[in-house]
Amino acid sequence: MAADVTSAAPAAMAGPKGPLADFWDSFSENRGAVAGLVLLTLIALTAIFADFIAPHSPIDQFREFSKLPPVWEDGGNWGFLLGTDALGRDMLSRLIHGARISLFIGLTVMVVSVTIGIILGLVAAFAGGLTDMIIMRVMDLIIAVPSLVLAILVVAILGPSLTNTIVAVTVVYLPRYVRLVRASALAEIGKDYVTAARTVGVGTPRLMFVTVLPNCLAPLIVQAALGVSDAILEAAALGFLGLGAQPPIPEWGSMLADSREFIRSNPWIVTLPGLAILFTVVSINLMGDGLRDAFDPKLKRS
Amino acid sequence: MFRYLLRRIALTVPTFVALMFVTFVAIRLVPGDPVEVRTGERGIPPERLAEFRHQLGLDQPIWKQFVDYVWGLVHGDFGTSIVTNEKVLTEFAVLFPATIELSLSAMLFAVLIGVPAGTIAAVKRGSPFDHTVMGASVIGFSMPIFWWGLLLIMLVSERWGLTPVSGRIDLIRYYFEPTTGFMLIDSLLSDQEGAFLSVVHHLVLPTIVLGTIPLAVIARITRSSMLEVLNEDYVRTARAKGLSPMRVIGLHALRNALIPVITSIGLQIGTLLAGAVLTETIFSWPGVGKWLIEGIGRRDYPALQGGIMLISSIVIFVNLGVDVLYGAINPRLRHGR
Amino acid sequence: MKRTFTTGAATLLAMLALGVTAAQAKTLVYCSEGSPENFTPALNTTGTSFDAARPVYNQLVEFERGTTKVVPGLAEKWDISADGKTITFHLRKGVKWHSGVNGFKPTRDFDADDVLFSFNRQWKTDHPYNKISGGKYDYFADMDMPKLLASIEKKDAYTVVMTLTEPNAPIMANLAMDFGTIQSAEYAEMLLKAGKPEQFDQIPVGTGPFQFVTYQKDAVIRYKAFAGYWGGKGKFEDLVYAITPDPTARLAKLKKGECHVMMAPRPADLAEIKADPALDLKSQPGLNIAYWAFNLTKPPMDNIKVRKAFAAAIDKAAILKEVYQGAGQPAKNLIPPTIWSYNDKVQDFKYDPEAAKKLIAESGVATPIKIDLWWMPVQRPYNPNAKRIAEMMQADLAKIGVEAELKSYEWGEYRKRMQAGEHMTGQLGWTGDNGDPDNFFFLIGCNAEGKPAGQNLSKWCNKDFNDKLAKARTLSDLKERTKLYEEMQVIAKEEVPQYTIAHSVVFEPTRKEVVDYKISPFGRHEFYGVGLK
Repeated sequence: MAADVTSAAPAAMAGPKGPLADFWDSFSENRGAVAGLVLLTLIALTAIFADFIAPHSPIDQFREFSKLPPVWEDGGNWGFLLGTDALGRDMLSRLIHGARISLFIGLTVMVVSVTIGIILGLVAAFAGGLTDMIIMRVMDLIIAVPSLVLAILVVAILGPSLTNTIVAVTVVYLPRYVRLVRASALAEIGKDYVTAARTVGVGTPRLMFVTVLPNCLAPLIVQAALGVSDAILEAAALGFLGLGAQPPIPEWGSMLADSREFIRSNPWIVTLPGLAILFTVVSINLMGDGLRDAFDPKLKRS
Repeated sequence: MFRYLLRRIALTVPTFVALMFVTFVAIRLVPGDPVEVRTGERGIPPERLAEFRHQLGLDQPIWKQFVDYVWGLVHGDFGTSIVTNEKVLTEFAVLFPATIELSLSAMLFAVLIGVPAGTIAAVKRGSPFDHTVMGASVIGFSMPIFWWGLLLIMLVSERWGLTPVSGRIDLIRYYFEPTTGFMLIDSLLSDQEGAFLSVVHHLVLPTIVLGTIPLAVIARITRSSMLEVLNEDYVRTARAKGLSPMRVIGLHALRNALIPVITSIGLQIGTLLAGAVLTETIFSWPGVGKWLIEGIGRRDYPALQGGIMLISSIVIFVNLGVDVLYGAINPRLRHGR
Repeated sequence: MKRTFTTGAATLLAMLALGVTAAQAKTLVYCSEGSPENFTPALNTTGTSFDAARPVYNQLVEFERGTTKVVPGLAEKWDISADGKTITFHLRKGVKWHSGVNGFKPTRDFDADDVLFSFNRQWKTDHPYNKISGGKYDYFADMDMPKLLASIEKKDAYTVVMTLTEPNAPIMANLAMDFGTIQSAEYAEMLLKAGKPEQFDQIPVGTGPFQFVTYQKDAVIRYKAFAGYWGGKGKFEDLVYAITPDPTARLAKLKKGECHVMMAPRPADLAEIKADPALDLKSQPGLNIAYWAFNLTKPPMDNIKVRKAFAAAIDKAAILKEVYQGAGQPAKNLIPPTIWSYNDKVQDFKYDPEAAKKLIAESGVATPIKIDLWWMPVQRPYNPNAKRIAEMMQADLAKIGVEAELKSYEWGEYRKRMQAGEHMTGQLGWTGDNGDPDNFFFLIGCNAEGKPAGQNLSKWCNKDFNDKLAKARTLSDLKERTKLYEEMQVIAKEEVPQYTIAHSVVFEPTRKEVVDYKISPFGRHEFYGVGLK
């Protein structure tokens, strides 16, 4: 995990390698980040090829085999490697398909909130004045309400479903992108190259998205990567409170909520989805750390 | 400085107004009806439903309800819960100390372990200890805490029998009237032998669960900020002068390294309150987080409105305080905003 | 802001009683489910709130603990006139009110004024307490009391005469319900004078076996045995309700001795409870039904072959096993077998997917059939997990080529939309109030004009069925009524307006130290008469 910051800089300066290779060099300095990347790639592949990998359908109920323990426990069955849930559905298959749901939620939330965040953040930075104030006060407002309470409120209004979970989590995480984009854009606006572009007569939209935005991207990418993991956690928390994806969708948080009653009698049904969430989130966070180090050696980790 | 402070406070006013409006509208957008919710399978005849809605003022036009609500707020009246008919402020005041007690205890736990762990990790950079701390902290802030709580209850309380399962004190042995609502203080005031220990014992597990994420964050921040400070000239000089490493770290480096840590603690108050919602639900902790969640389920409009307003105000003020504090420490920032 | 309402004397007493070892033997802790709304039963509808008020209060007549039998309470005896319209209550003398709660010192014993106060508050809209605390008297209204009551008069200090507009056989059982609780007129007056009448519903003063000590929202309610109780002092000193919403936590607390009685264990944990030598598990069939209603106004649910096919497609045994997990019995009729007139000759639907497929083919409805299947978002006494049942039904229906979309709404909204008939099929249930079959069959009844009542979620109006239902209501002869109800059960089975799922079995674990705890058929939790070893 020790990202050796001082050695990253010389490596970047050393050769005539392309920027991508530079990036990889400093990224791979961080062994944790590489481990995270590998793990995440595996999870992503599992999610993509879930239909081929999963031994069973995630919604098939094998009633005669309900609540089986994993194979290594007494009473396990080789037909169901990680056992079955309360309705006899194969845990392994549900977890595999759940990876798809969770990554989908995480990525969608990230893409949508980053997109909206970029637009609002740039508009706030460029327009200034009243527009800026309104946008930023709204963001303050969102931040002031505890995130989970806000998400629950949004889901309560829209009704529980996968889509609405995504909407709710997006709303909650929007402010951080808006603030970040606005702050970095403000820092850039004063610089010479922007002034130069302005005098040449570059239009504001072009100035915003083509001239300034690329220079704000590095911290945004890091934040976005970490945002995926936060979104997954938040969505799982909603699922846990019974407000997330609806049955029989194998979302990890709802799987946990559904099986909570078995925590005493069949603890593994509760343990496995939690582990799946933890692994995924850890791998994303490790990778995010690596990205941060690679993009901005000065940022280190904070 | 004073002008900066005033400006910051003035900027919160529109936020408050918007907050008032948005919570009011949002809560009324939630489908369902507080009267319908209470009747269950039994149902309620339409004429009686209309009568109750009238009593609760729910049949008034929305703008009228909003004006009444704001009028009440201006006079310090946060409304009356539909479910219990208690003043929202009274309910909040009863429950809030429990949330504060849990949150402070979690923060204390995070700081007491996180700061030393982060410091040592920085000093012994690259050592197995450093790797362990950093590894554990990644796991820590990736933790789905609702699951973590269930797991800990299952293992620590039930399988190993080390801590109580839920509640704030041993109800069979101890009884005293709450005076402050903070059990730690009340138990000391009660003069009952062992009461304080019982309260601490009940706090352990929820504290660990709620403190996990702040702990991970604080350990990381301490480490990186310490690393930075250790590279500064004055520390090198102090070292070169032959001061003992303990003195250098303890006296010079740590003091400076802690500034970002303190800021991050302030910024985590919001996160902590969000975490408290889950922790309170899992541990049956009688705090405001659980109360808000139940309020949504029961469509208790006044309790929800009042509760969200109160909590958000606290978050806004804490953030403001942190900003101001940070501005005081770091004057460059004052003009950046 | 805190509820520090006890006087110094009471606190001192409580402290004395709490000497460590003595207190341990004399405190009974009940792990309850939630916070009460307030302590005036007439205002409330939830069992949690009734349970919280019960130790403090009495009614004129009461249900004997653990039974549905009506026995004398604050009324020692009562006479009913020949026309059944006049009831004279002879009140018990020398009944003491709790003293020292919220600074209240009673100057007199319980008498007729208190009875008048308690009923008039609910009945008379100009009563000074009528509008206090929201003034919603749901049960008083539901039991038709406003229509039924002609007058309540005080004949002398210990005689109350209640006049009805028409004879009503179940009135005594109704008065034994929680809304019939008698509260202190003197205490009410004191608070009214002090300008804080809302405290009346929050700090209860009653005549019951336990005196209120303190309540902290979402945490704990404390009571202590009332030495002056007319029925004799309770067998333990302190009664504590530890509010613990999570059933897993409740069980863990019970196992560790942090409480003695717990409410509503999870079915999944029953095996563990049975195996624990420190615990006792009592059980009793519940007075309830969980059903799956078919909305006959929405095609293809109007097609009886389709309904029969659905009934044959569902694997009821699997639902009982996986969802009720032993805490339920399959339901073939709408009423549970513990209610008189239960028709045991009725044959339940047979689980037979092949026959179901054939029925679908015969029905002439185009396949694949698409329906919605609603499940309620909350756990109910009759149905521990509607969502899981819905998932199982969905899988069963898929096997006969029916695509069921699962749907749910927030609880209040859910019921409202179902009553409006928005669903095609949906789950709900019912818990009986008084043990009369009519209290169940009205669920699928229609009014005189042949319009389905709101609760009739099948929107099913069968003339034969409804004629019998209406006739049975007017009869007093038990045999005749039984015959009618038995026939109605046959009709309902033939027409399949709904699929009856199960009657739950109520389980209540206690620690072995608890002596003589009884499960109430009404789901009450009562601690007077219970002892601690």
